[in-house]
Amino acid sequence: MTLALAVDIGLTLLVLAVACWTLVVRDTFAAVIGFVAYGLLLALIWVRLAAPDVALTEAAMGSGLTGLLLLGAAARLRGAASSTPPGLALRWAAGVLCALVSAGLAAIVLRLPDPAPTLAPAVIAHLPDLGLGNPVTGVLLAYRAIDTLLEAVVLLPALLGVWSLAPDRYWGGAPILRHPRPAGALTLFAQVLPPFGIIVGIYLCWNGANQPGGAFQGGAVLAAMWVLVLLAGLGEAPPVSRRGLRWLLIAGSAVFLIIGLAGIGLADAFLAYPAGYAKPFILTIELVLTLSIAVALGLLIAGPPARLPS
Amino acid sequence: MSLALDLFTILAVLAGAFFFLAGTVGLLRFPDPLTRLHALTKADNLGLGLIVIGLLPQVAWPLGAAKLIVIWLMALFAATAVSQLMARAARDGEPPV
Repeated sequence: MTLALAVDIGLTLLVLAVACWTLVVRDTFAAVIGFVAYGLLLALIWVRLAAPDVALTEAAMGSGLTGLLLLGAAARLRGAASSTPPGLALRWAAGVLCALVSAGLAAIVLRLPDPAPTLAPAVIAHLPDLGLGNPVTGVLLAYRAIDTLLEAVVLLPALLGVWSLAPDRYWGGAPILRHPRPAGALTLFAQVLPPFGIIVGIYLCWNGANQPGGAFQGGAVLAAMWVLVLLAGLGEAPPVSRRGLRWLLIAGSAVFLIIGLAGIGLADAFLAYPAGYAKPFILTIELVLTLSIAVALGLLIAGPPARLPS
Repeated sequence: MSLALDLFTILAVLAGAFFFLAGTVGLLRFPDPLTRLHALTKADNLGLGLIVIGLLPQVAWPLGAAKLIVIWLMALFAATAVSQLMARAARDGEPPV
């Protein structure tokens, strides 16, 4: 058995163990921590599978951002722990349905022909037409651009869902995200880290054209820096009724949609790019999308408005 | 010369791995949050530091080395700030959020 295989088997067993622990542990907070560890281990597996783009997204969005959202939910639920647990029938139904989904997925993966059908050679062959070096970006922003467009748009209803949890009197006000007693180490951290984080975020976005990275990864890093500043009390979240903020939120999807619609006239198809101009269009979309994603993710974490509108 | 450098790498990385192992044992065995944090930060500071020092002769000079050192400094900085926050939360007896 080679060393690499031993590492892979160890990683797989570790992921399975952490996943089981996350499911069976009774404490909500512990389960969330288990989920974050599970996401980071999963990112390592994606690296082992030579998929650094997926690994970056899993670490930033799947583990980091979702973990933060779940942590916030766990903190809000702490006071309401006295609610009755679901009945036996419901738990059995959930368990059986989950088992069915897992068994179905496993059956599909195991029944794949060998080698599995793939469009990868076609993607690689046409990559020079787009002027890109990263095939993942090519798929996400050209061949399957409609998926990415919908992913960007779906952040907005998610944010509306969070905002709609606000009591009526706070509607239009600002969310509050702040450590109970921000001081000392946290303040220093929030003062020193953001310059580095902003550079990393811009680098991830800009570099996405040729190397692993892209709008979602870069946006997640930028959002993390904003959240850090808010947590340390060095800045305040803007009121959700502010017009500039709303424009910033929809800018990414809007630019994507406008360029996509322009494709009907310029290149004969929705979301098609005119020959020779693919890269500038893709970079424009990525840059604006990164900003919008960063703002949307930051506001998702900041939660519903909790201040009276001024 | 390259044999000596390889030996240096192996020794330093082994020493770093030892600190990670010791830190993990401490995390599992120590009785309260503050001592567990103490064990954890040793793994972060010394373990990662020794591994980075050990890997320095194996990477491209100077950019690769600079990246490794920056990663170590960043991890140190983050670990320091986070362990301060966790220690304060533990001392004040509030659930860490």
